[in-house]
Amino acid sequence: MPDSPDAVREFEARIAAGETIEPKDWMPDRYRKQLIRMMSQHAHSEVVGMLPEGNWITRAPTLRRKLGLLAKVQDEAGHGLYIYCGTETLGIDRAELVDQLLAGKAKYSSIFNYPTLTWADIGAIGWFVDGAAIVNQTMLAKASYGPYARAMVRICKEENFHKRQGYEIMATLSAGTPEQKRIAQDAVNRWWWPSLMMFGPSDKDSPNSAELTRWGIKRKGNDELRQRFVNLTVGQAVAIDLVLPDPELRHDAETGNWHFGPIDWDEFTRVVHGDGPLNRERLAARQDAHRAGAWVRDAAVAHAAKRAAAADAVAKSAAA
Amino acid sequence: MPRPAASSVGRPIAVTASDSTTRSALVQFLLRLGDDRLVLGHRLSEWCGHGPILEEDIALANIALDLVGQAALLLDLAGATEDAGRDGDALAYLREAIDYRNVLLVELPKGDFAFTVVRQFLFSVAAYYQLEGIARSTQTDLAGIAAKALKETRYHVRHAGEWVIKLGDGTDESHARTQSALDGLWRYTGEMFQTDAVDAALVGAGLVPDLTTVEPRWLAQVTDVIERATLTIPAAGYMQRGGRSGRHTEHLGIMLAEMQILQRSYPGAKW
Repeated sequence: MPDSPDAVREFEARIAAGETIEPKDWMPDRYRKQLIRMMSQHAHSEVVGMLPEGNWITRAPTLRRKLGLLAKVQDEAGHGLYIYCGTETLGIDRAELVDQLLAGKAKYSSIFNYPTLTWADIGAIGWFVDGAAIVNQTMLAKASYGPYARAMVRICKEENFHKRQGYEIMATLSAGTPEQKRIAQDAVNRWWWPSLMMFGPSDKDSPNSAELTRWGIKRKGNDELRQRFVNLTVGQAVAIDLVLPDPELRHDAETGNWHFGPIDWDEFTRVVHGDGPLNRERLAARQDAHRAGAWVRDAAVAHAAKRAAAADAVAKSAAA
Repeated sequence: MPRPAASSVGRPIAVTASDSTTRSALVQFLLRLGDDRLVLGHRLSEWCGHGPILEEDIALANIALDLVGQAALLLDLAGATEDAGRDGDALAYLREAIDYRNVLLVELPKGDFAFTVVRQFLFSVAAYYQLEGIARSTQTDLAGIAAKALKETRYHVRHAGEWVIKLGDGTDESHARTQSALDGLWRYTGEMFQTDAVDAALVGAGLVPDLTTVEPRWLAQVTDVIERATLTIPAAGYMQRGGRSGRHTEHLGIMLAEMQILQRSYPGAKW
């Protein structure tokens, strides 16, 4: 049944008045669908995002770094779980969302299809990828849907910590031996452009932007957020003597922004559509974990059923 | 995860009976405790991103964090006690397999989820009763670490124990996998209770209470859970040993090669 125009008008008036939409409130079907799409993509990104960094947990160079990285990847699992729960408030099951991911039908942030080649990548991911995520999520913390906005507030706090940790790794490497400096610069060279792509296509080319903006799910455009991230990051790179790989990067006195060169959107499209360096490996890793864990999940269900039956039998014999 | 800075290295440690035999026994004892936790924490961390459900990714990472955190404290204290300029990182990343003092149980590859939780349960119950005693050590730094670790270990016992019961008394497949894990691991449990001159020196000096009561308490609790899980305690047989004197399985060297690669590849670098 299509949404009644009156109901949509009333809903949009609420959004315009800055009200927060809660799970039990009426919402247009498209609003619900867009949120499920966005929130589940976000949750999937947290879970797939565990893989590139998890790749270095067993090789972290000191006990302190090992603890820091392990805690960070654990936080990502926690974020994934938290956002899946938030998505469930829209009337969809986590199991269904996970099935969509495993079937290759759901998207996740393309940046996680790039490989982590050296320890410096762990620094670069914290600094750039978490840094970009914070810019995006700070905006989403004001989203019109209450459960999503509240999840973002909480997650942003932890992401800030992750970003500082990543930046500190890079600062240490940059000030280290020539070989450490070399891997730091190489990681910057590889992660910079994919990080800029994280904000998505330019708003004029972004199929969902207009609707998301009208409904207060997104409060700022992709280009505006990307520019904000660049402006924040340029000075940070200078401070630790690393060079962002963009010959066109220059300060524009008129706008106050850092002008940056053209983004390779062909690469972005290619990776989104499955031909990034590790799309197949990432999905296979999730599928393998899910398949290998099937007997564990079955056992938990079977055991719970036995417990419930036993409790039932006790209750019956007590009543008799 | 807070831990003291490595600056404690070189600070002479207040060993009550500060003769060199007691001091070196204490160093060995701390290495044993620290290495057990570092190696098992490392094995657990291999699950991160690959667990059977997201909740278990979180839980196993949590236990790994506790264990590596305990290891960091214990190895820093070992380095400070040794007073030869090595901190926890030097001990973790620059020793050979033959210098590691962990029990063989913890270095075995992570196996399937049943193997991981059965091992965790067998280890954590023993650790719990050991730490209860060590928390009464007259060496106050060690007692403090043990008291903190004891709280964490209580959760590890509960979490792993619940899974042993769920898997043992779950489906036919989970039962078979869990019994198989228990059968495979049993021969490595005796080493956790083995005592030698190191323990005797510390008990004699009053630094560590006599821990010979740990094994019967361990067996009682393990038996209780195994029975509730509808599993069978394996028949008594030869108990493998050697880890406490550096005689390890082939698995440890490979694990250390991975763990130590950056420290070995970039000698002297700061991270």
